[in-house]
Amino acid sequence: MKQTPSQTVGPYFAYGLTPEQYLYDFKQLVGNQMVSPIEQSEAITITGKVFDGNGEVIPDAMIEIWQNDGENKLFGRFGTGTDPQNRFIFSTIKPQSFAGQAPYLSVIVFMRGQLIHSYTRIYFSDEPQLNSTDEVLNAVPAERKHTLIAEKKGNLYEFNINMQGENETVFFEV
Amino acid sequence: MSNTIYNQFDREVHPPYLAPEYKSTILRAPTKPLVILKQSLSELTGPVFGDFNLGEFDHDLTKNSIKNGEPLGERIVVHGKVMNENGQPIPNTLIEIWQANACGRYVHKVDQHDAPLDPNFLGAGRCMTDKDGNYKFYTIKPGAYPWGNHYNAWRPNHIHFSLFGANITNRLVTQMYFPGDPLLQHDPIFLGVPPKGRELLISKFDLDATEPNFALGYRFDFVLRGHNATPFEKI
Repeated sequence: MKQTPSQTVGPYFAYGLTPEQYLYDFKQLVGNQMVSPIEQSEAITITGKVFDGNGEVIPDAMIEIWQNDGENKLFGRFGTGTDPQNRFIFSTIKPQSFAGQAPYLSVIVFMRGQLIHSYTRIYFSDEPQLNSTDEVLNAVPAERKHTLIAEKKGNLYEFNINMQGENETVFFEV
Repeated sequence: MSNTIYNQFDREVHPPYLAPEYKSTILRAPTKPLVILKQSLSELTGPVFGDFNLGEFDHDLTKNSIKNGEPLGERIVVHGKVMNENGQPIPNTLIEIWQANACGRYVHKVDQHDAPLDPNFLGAGRCMTDKDGNYKFYTIKPGAYPWGNHYNAWRPNHIHFSLFGANITNRLVTQMYFPGDPLLQHDPIFLGVPPKGRELLISKFDLDATEPNFALGYRFDFVLRGHNATPFEKI
Protein backbone atom coordinates (compact mmCIF):
# COMPACT_ATOMS: atom_id res chain seq x y z
CA MET A 1 0.00 0.00 0.00
CA LYS A 2 1.20 3.48 -0.81
CA GLN A 3 1.77 6.04 1.94
CA THR A 4 -0.71 8.91 2.13
CA PRO A 5 1.16 11.99 0.91
CA SER A 6 1.85 14.91 3.19
CA GLN A 7 0.41 18.40 2.69
CA THR A 8 1.26 21.66 4.38
CA VAL A 9 -0.13 22.50 7.83
CA GLY A 10 -0.95 25.89 6.27
CA PRO A 11 -1.42 29.23 8.03
CA TYR A 12 -4.63 28.36 9.90
CA PHE A 13 -3.71 25.41 12.12
CA ALA A 14 -3.94 27.33 15.39
CA TYR A 15 -7.62 26.87 16.31
CA GLY A 16 -7.40 23.15 15.54
CA LEU A 17 -4.01 22.15 16.93
CA THR A 18 -3.06 24.82 19.49
CA PRO A 19 -6.43 26.41 20.33
CA GLU A 20 -5.87 27.47 23.94
CA GLN A 21 -2.46 28.95 23.20
CA TYR A 22 -4.08 31.17 20.55
CA LEU A 23 -7.16 31.86 22.73
CA TYR A 24 -9.75 29.95 20.72
CA ASP A 25 -12.70 28.41 22.52
CA PHE A 26 -11.70 24.76 22.13
CA LYS A 27 -9.96 22.48 24.58
CA GLN A 28 -6.30 21.84 23.84
CA LEU A 29 -4.94 18.31 24.26
CA VAL A 30 -1.31 19.27 24.41
CA GLY A 31 0.69 22.44 24.99
CA ASN A 32 4.16 23.65 25.83
CA GLN A 33 4.22 22.69 29.52
CA MET A 34 5.60 19.21 29.07
CA VAL A 35 6.25 19.36 32.82
CA SER A 36 5.01 21.89 35.30
CA PRO A 37 7.86 24.34 35.98
CA ILE A 38 6.42 24.95 39.44
CA GLU A 39 6.17 21.33 40.50
CA GLN A 40 9.36 20.06 38.84
CA SER A 41 12.41 21.59 40.41
CA GLU A 42 14.64 20.28 37.61
CA ALA A 43 12.47 21.82 34.87
CA ILE A 44 14.29 23.53 32.02
CA THR A 45 13.09 26.01 29.42
CA ILE A 46 13.78 25.52 25.72
CA THR A 47 13.26 28.57 23.57
CA GLY A 48 14.17 29.82 20.12
CA LYS A 49 13.01 31.26 16.85
CA VAL A 50 12.52 29.85 13.38
CA PHE A 51 14.12 31.82 10.53
CA ASP A 52 13.46 31.73 6.79
CA GLY A 53 16.01 32.07 4.00
CA ASN A 54 16.01 35.88 4.31
CA GLY A 55 16.73 35.68 8.03
CA GLU A 56 13.18 36.80 8.85
CA VAL A 57 11.50 35.29 11.89
CA ILE A 58 8.71 32.88 10.94
CA PRO A 59 5.57 33.71 12.92
CA ASP A 60 3.41 30.77 11.79
CA ALA A 61 5.49 27.68 12.46
CA MET A 62 4.39 24.88 14.76
CA ILE A 63 7.00 23.00 16.75
CA GLU A 64 6.50 19.60 18.37
CA ILE A 65 8.93 18.05 20.83
CA TRP A 66 9.02 14.38 21.76
CA GLN A 67 11.42 12.83 24.23
CA ASN A 68 11.78 9.30 25.53
CA ASP A 69 14.84 8.38 27.51
CA GLY A 70 13.41 5.04 28.59
CA GLU A 71 11.99 6.60 31.73
CA ASN A 72 10.17 9.82 30.94
CA LYS A 73 8.03 10.10 27.82
CA LEU A 74 7.02 13.70 27.17
CA PHE A 75 5.36 15.50 24.27
CA GLY A 76 4.78 19.19 23.66
CA ARG A 77 3.45 21.44 20.90
CA PHE A 78 3.66 25.21 20.44
CA GLY A 79 3.07 27.70 17.64
CA THR A 80 5.33 30.68 17.05
CA GLY A 81 2.41 33.11 16.61
CA THR A 82 1.67 34.22 20.17
CA ASP A 83 4.98 35.25 21.74
CA PRO A 84 5.74 38.94 21.05
CA GLN A 85 9.10 37.89 19.58
CA ASN A 86 7.61 34.87 17.81
CA ARG A 87 9.64 32.45 19.89
CA PHE A 88 8.66 28.90 20.72
CA ILE A 89 8.92 28.17 24.41
CA PHE A 90 8.75 24.77 26.15
CA SER A 91 9.06 23.65 29.76
CA THR A 92 10.44 20.17 30.11
CA ILE A 93 13.13 18.18 31.85
CA LYS A 94 16.43 17.27 30.33
CA PRO A 95 16.38 13.63 29.22
CA GLN A 96 18.95 11.20 30.55
CA SER A 97 21.52 9.56 28.40
CA PHE A 98 20.04 6.37 26.93
CA ALA A 99 22.29 3.53 25.74
CA GLY A 100 25.35 5.77 25.83
CA GLN A 101 23.83 8.41 23.54
CA ALA A 102 24.04 12.10 24.26
CA PRO A 103 20.71 13.36 25.66
CA TYR A 104 18.48 14.95 23.04
CA LEU A 105 14.95 15.99 22.19
CA SER A 106 13.26 14.99 18.93
CA VAL A 107 11.79 17.97 17.12
CA ILE A 108 9.19 18.09 14.34
CA VAL A 109 8.81 21.37 12.45
CA PHE A 110 5.64 22.31 10.53
CA MET A 111 4.78 25.51 8.71
CA ARG A 112 3.04 27.11 5.79
CA GLY A 113 5.48 26.75 2.91
CA GLN A 114 6.48 23.22 3.92
CA LEU A 115 4.58 20.55 2.06
CA ILE A 116 6.12 17.97 4.37
CA HIS A 117 7.35 18.38 7.92
CA SER A 118 11.02 18.39 8.96
CA TYR A 119 12.71 16.40 11.69
CA THR A 120 15.60 17.70 13.72
CA ARG A 121 17.05 17.18 17.21
CA ILE A 122 18.06 19.37 20.12
CA TYR A 123 21.27 18.42 21.92
CA PHE A 124 22.61 20.30 24.96
CA SER A 125 25.71 22.50 25.15
CA ASP A 126 26.49 21.38 28.69
CA GLU A 127 27.08 17.77 27.58
CA PRO A 128 30.37 18.19 25.70
CA GLN A 129 31.63 14.73 26.65
CA LEU A 130 28.60 12.75 25.48
CA ASN A 131 28.12 15.03 22.47
CA SER A 132 31.66 14.31 21.31
CA THR A 133 31.10 10.55 21.23
CA ASP A 134 27.49 10.52 20.02
CA GLU A 135 26.92 8.39 16.93
CA VAL A 136 24.23 10.63 15.43
CA LEU A 137 26.12 13.87 16.02
CA ASN A 138 29.24 12.32 14.55
CA ALA A 139 27.33 11.36 11.39
CA VAL A 140 26.65 15.06 10.80
CA PRO A 141 29.22 17.10 8.83
CA ALA A 142 31.50 18.67 11.46
CA GLU A 143 30.84 22.24 10.38
CA ARG A 144 27.07 21.77 10.77
CA LYS A 145 27.06 20.03 14.15
CA HIS A 146 26.61 23.27 16.10
CA THR A 147 23.16 23.76 14.51
CA LEU A 148 21.89 20.85 16.61
CA ILE A 149 23.20 22.04 19.97
CA ALA A 150 21.08 24.26 22.20
CA GLU A 151 23.12 26.83 24.08
CA LYS A 152 22.67 26.98 27.83
CA LYS A 153 22.00 30.51 28.98
CA GLY A 154 21.35 30.57 32.70
CA ASN A 155 18.20 28.58 33.32
CA LEU A 156 17.26 28.14 29.71
CA TYR A 157 18.51 26.63 26.52
CA GLU A 158 18.34 28.58 23.30
CA PHE A 159 17.84 26.72 20.04
CA ASN A 160 17.18 28.60 16.81
CA ILE A 161 16.02 26.83 13.68
CA ASN A 162 17.33 28.14 10.36
CA MET A 163 15.45 26.75 7.38
CA GLN A 164 18.16 27.93 4.99
CA GLY A 165 21.40 29.91 4.87
CA GLU A 166 24.90 29.58 6.20
CA ASN A 167 23.72 28.08 9.47
CA GLU A 168 20.93 25.95 8.01
CA THR A 169 19.80 23.55 10.71
CA VAL A 170 20.51 19.90 10.11
CA PHE A 171 17.30 18.06 9.22
CA PHE A 172 17.13 14.30 9.27
CA GLU A 173 15.74 11.60 7.04
CA VAL A 174 14.09 9.70 9.87
CA MET B 1 11.21 -4.35 18.84
CA SER B 2 14.89 -3.63 18.57
CA ASN B 3 15.09 -5.08 15.08
CA THR B 4 12.18 -3.07 13.75
CA ILE B 5 13.10 -0.37 11.27
CA TYR B 6 10.40 1.93 10.01
CA ASN B 7 10.34 2.75 6.31
CA GLN B 8 11.38 6.20 5.20
CA PHE B 9 9.04 8.59 3.46
CA ASP B 10 8.10 7.21 0.07
CA ARG B 11 9.32 10.07 -2.09
CA GLU B 12 7.40 8.68 -5.07
CA VAL B 13 4.24 10.00 -3.46
CA HIS B 14 5.33 12.64 -0.92
CA PRO B 15 5.93 16.23 -2.04
CA PRO B 16 9.45 17.71 -2.03
CA TYR B 17 10.41 20.59 0.25
CA LEU B 18 10.88 22.95 -2.67
CA ALA B 19 7.91 23.36 -5.02
CA PRO B 20 8.46 26.82 -6.53
CA GLU B 21 4.90 27.14 -7.87
CA TYR B 22 3.87 27.20 -4.21
CA LYS B 23 5.77 30.38 -3.49
CA SER B 24 6.14 30.13 0.29
CA THR B 25 8.33 27.05 -0.15
CA ILE B 26 11.09 29.15 -1.73
CA LEU B 27 12.40 30.68 1.51
CA ARG B 28 11.30 27.86 3.80
CA ALA B 29 12.54 24.69 2.12
CA PRO B 30 15.74 23.21 3.55
CA THR B 31 18.41 23.31 0.85
CA LYS B 32 21.02 20.89 2.20
CA PRO B 33 20.70 17.12 1.94
CA LEU B 34 18.92 15.42 4.82
CA VAL B 35 21.20 13.50 7.16
CA ILE B 36 20.13 9.87 7.45
CA LEU B 37 19.25 9.08 11.03
CA LYS B 38 19.66 5.69 12.58
CA GLN B 39 16.30 5.14 14.31
CA SER B 40 16.51 4.78 18.05
CA LEU B 41 14.14 4.69 20.99
CA SER B 42 12.61 8.09 20.39
CA GLU B 43 11.81 7.34 16.73
CA LEU B 44 10.32 3.95 17.58
CA THR B 45 7.93 5.49 20.10
CA GLY B 46 5.63 8.48 20.21
CA PRO B 47 3.00 10.24 22.28
CA VAL B 48 -0.03 8.22 23.35
CA PHE B 49 -3.31 10.04 23.87
CA GLY B 50 -6.09 8.60 25.96
CA ASP B 51 -9.62 9.09 24.67
CA PHE B 52 -10.65 10.19 28.16
CA ASN B 53 -9.43 13.62 27.11
CA LEU B 54 -11.96 13.93 24.31
CA GLY B 55 -15.19 15.88 24.61
CA GLU B 56 -18.57 14.34 23.71
CA PHE B 57 -18.85 16.28 20.43
CA ASP B 58 -15.19 16.57 19.51
CA HIS B 59 -15.83 14.32 16.49
CA ASP B 60 -18.96 16.21 15.45
CA LEU B 61 -18.17 19.65 14.05
CA THR B 62 -21.87 20.21 13.32
CA LYS B 63 -22.47 20.21 17.08
CA ASN B 64 -19.27 21.12 18.90
CA SER B 65 -19.58 24.88 18.52
CA ILE B 66 -23.33 25.55 18.50
CA LYS B 67 -24.22 28.96 19.94
CA ASN B 68 -27.75 29.68 18.71
CA GLY B 69 -28.56 27.19 15.94
CA GLU B 70 -27.24 24.69 13.45
CA PRO B 71 -24.21 25.56 11.32
CA LEU B 72 -25.02 26.39 7.70
CA GLY B 73 -23.89 24.26 4.77
CA GLU B 74 -23.97 20.73 3.48
CA ARG B 75 -23.62 18.14 6.27
CA ILE B 76 -21.14 15.38 5.48
CA VAL B 77 -19.79 12.34 7.25
CA VAL B 78 -16.12 11.56 6.62
CA HIS B 79 -14.87 8.13 7.61
CA GLY B 80 -12.16 5.62 6.84
CA LYS B 81 -9.38 3.50 8.22
CA VAL B 82 -5.89 4.33 9.43
CA MET B 83 -3.36 1.64 8.64
CA ASN B 84 0.31 1.24 7.87
CA GLU B 85 1.96 0.17 4.63
CA ASN B 86 1.90 -3.41 5.84
CA GLY B 87 -1.91 -3.19 5.89
CA GLN B 88 -2.12 -3.38 9.66
CA PRO B 89 -4.80 -1.14 11.19
CA ILE B 90 -3.64 1.48 13.68
CA PRO B 91 -6.04 1.51 16.64
CA ASN B 92 -6.42 4.17 19.34
CA THR B 93 -4.53 6.86 17.50
CA LEU B 94 -5.43 10.53 17.61
CA ILE B 95 -6.78 12.31 14.51
CA GLU B 96 -7.22 16.08 14.60
CA ILE B 97 -9.00 18.06 11.90
CA TRP B 98 -9.58 21.70 11.02
CA GLN B 99 -11.22 23.37 8.06
CA ALA B 100 -12.96 26.42 6.62
CA ASN B 101 -16.73 26.83 6.95
CA ALA B 102 -19.21 26.34 4.11
CA CYS B 103 -18.40 29.82 2.78
CA GLY B 104 -14.66 29.21 2.65
CA ARG B 105 -13.82 31.22 5.75
CA TYR B 106 -11.60 30.08 8.61
CA VAL B 107 -12.22 31.17 12.18
CA HIS B 108 -8.49 31.95 12.36
CA LYS B 109 -7.72 35.60 13.14
CA VAL B 110 -5.25 35.78 10.26
CA ASP B 111 -7.91 34.83 7.68
CA GLN B 112 -9.22 38.07 6.21
CA HIS B 113 -11.18 36.55 3.30
CA ASP B 114 -14.37 38.58 2.84
CA ALA B 115 -16.81 35.72 3.43
CA PRO B 116 -19.07 35.34 6.47
CA LEU B 117 -18.11 33.52 9.63
CA ASP B 118 -20.69 31.09 10.98
CA PRO B 119 -21.34 31.68 14.69
CA ASN B 120 -22.27 28.01 15.06
CA PHE B 121 -19.22 26.53 13.37
CA LEU B 122 -15.66 26.50 14.68
CA GLY B 123 -14.26 24.02 12.18
CA ALA B 124 -12.02 22.03 14.55
CA GLY B 125 -12.45 18.50 15.82
CA ARG B 126 -10.69 15.28 16.77
CA CYS B 127 -11.29 11.63 17.44
CA MET B 128 -9.47 8.41 18.17
CA THR B 129 -9.47 5.46 15.80
CA ASP B 130 -11.31 2.43 17.16
CA LYS B 131 -9.78 -1.00 17.75
CA ASP B 132 -9.89 -1.71 14.00
CA GLY B 133 -8.32 1.60 13.01
CA ASN B 134 -11.60 3.18 11.88
CA TYR B 135 -12.57 6.81 12.41
CA LYS B 136 -15.62 8.96 11.67
CA PHE B 137 -16.31 12.70 11.71
CA TYR B 138 -19.48 14.67 11.12
CA THR B 139 -18.87 18.10 9.64
CA ILE B 140 -19.92 20.66 7.04
CA LYS B 141 -18.45 20.53 3.55
CA PRO B 142 -15.80 23.29 3.48
CA GLY B 143 -15.97 26.00 0.81
CA ALA B 144 -13.23 27.04 -1.58
CA TYR B 145 -11.39 30.27 -0.81
CA PRO B 146 -8.95 32.64 -2.50
CA TRP B 147 -5.32 32.97 -1.44
CA GLY B 148 -2.42 35.17 -2.41
CA ASN B 149 -0.06 32.73 -4.10
CA HIS B 150 -0.74 34.06 -7.62
CA TYR B 151 -3.41 35.98 -9.53
CA ASN B 152 -6.88 34.48 -8.98
CA ALA B 153 -5.57 31.61 -6.89
CA TRP B 154 -8.25 29.55 -5.11
CA ARG B 155 -7.80 26.61 -2.79
CA PRO B 156 -9.94 23.57 -3.62
CA ASN B 157 -12.35 22.36 -0.93
CA HIS B 158 -10.30 20.53 1.66
CA ILE B 159 -10.12 19.32 5.24
CA HIS B 160 -6.81 19.43 7.15
CA PHE B 161 -5.86 16.25 9.00
CA SER B 162 -3.17 15.58 11.63
CA LEU B 163 -2.31 12.00 12.59
CA PHE B 164 0.18 10.45 15.00
CA GLY B 165 0.19 6.71 14.30
CA ALA B 166 2.51 4.23 15.96
CA ASN B 167 5.47 6.54 16.58
CA ILE B 168 7.00 9.81 15.42
CA THR B 169 8.10 8.39 12.06
CA ASN B 170 4.36 7.91 11.41
CA ARG B 171 3.53 11.58 11.98
CA LEU B 172 1.41 12.90 9.13
CA VAL B 173 -0.22 16.25 8.44
CA THR B 174 -2.17 16.33 5.22
CA GLN B 175 -5.27 17.61 3.43
CA MET B 176 -8.22 15.62 2.14
CA TYR B 177 -9.85 16.78 -1.10
CA PHE B 178 -13.19 16.03 -2.74
CA PRO B 179 -13.81 14.11 -5.97
CA GLY B 180 -14.36 16.09 -9.15
CA ASP B 181 -13.13 19.43 -7.81
CA PRO B 182 -12.13 21.56 -10.83
CA LEU B 183 -9.75 23.63 -8.69
CA LEU B 184 -7.42 20.69 -8.05
CA GLN B 185 -5.68 21.03 -11.41
CA HIS B 186 -4.86 24.67 -10.60
CA ASP B 187 -3.71 24.25 -6.99
CA PRO B 188 0.08 24.31 -6.44
CA ILE B 189 -0.27 22.74 -2.98
CA PHE B 190 -2.11 19.69 -4.38
CA LEU B 191 0.13 19.67 -7.46
CA GLY B 192 3.20 19.77 -5.19
CA VAL B 193 2.55 16.05 -4.71
CA PRO B 194 4.08 13.87 -7.46
CA PRO B 195 1.48 12.56 -9.96
CA LYS B 196 1.59 9.08 -8.40
CA GLY B 197 0.43 10.44 -5.06
CA ARG B 198 -2.33 12.83 -6.08
CA GLU B 199 -5.23 10.39 -6.31
CA LEU B 200 -4.40 9.26 -2.77
CA LEU B 201 -5.46 12.68 -1.45
CA ILE B 202 -8.94 12.65 -3.00
CA SER B 203 -11.76 11.17 -0.92
CA LYS B 204 -14.39 8.95 -2.50
CA PHE B 205 -18.10 9.63 -2.40
CA ASP B 206 -19.61 6.80 -0.35
CA LEU B 207 -23.31 6.10 -0.77
CA ASP B 208 -23.15 3.33 1.84
CA ALA B 209 -21.88 5.78 4.43
CA THR B 210 -24.41 8.42 3.39
CA GLU B 211 -27.04 8.82 6.10
CA PRO B 212 -30.56 9.15 4.64
CA ASN B 213 -32.12 12.58 5.11
CA PHE B 214 -29.03 13.70 7.01
CA ALA B 215 -25.51 13.73 5.54
CA LEU B 216 -23.52 12.73 2.44
CA GLY B 217 -20.75 10.20 3.04
CA TYR B 218 -17.11 10.37 1.98
CA ARG B 219 -14.44 7.77 2.56
CA PHE B 220 -10.79 8.60 3.09
CA ASP B 221 -8.24 6.02 4.25
CA PHE B 222 -4.81 6.85 5.61
CA VAL B 223 -1.68 4.80 5.05
CA LEU B 224 1.19 5.62 7.41
CA ARG B 225 4.76 4.44 7.12
CA GLY B 226 5.24 0.74 7.66
CA HIS B 227 8.18 -1.31 8.86
CA ASN B 228 10.40 -4.16 7.91
CA ALA B 229 9.32 -6.59 10.62
CA THR B 230 6.45 -7.25 12.91
CA PRO B 231 6.77 -5.04 15.99
CA PHE B 232 5.02 -7.61 18.16
CA GLU B 233 7.22 -10.08 19.88
CA LYS B 234 6.27 -13.69 19.36
CA ILE B 235 5.19 -15.41 22.55
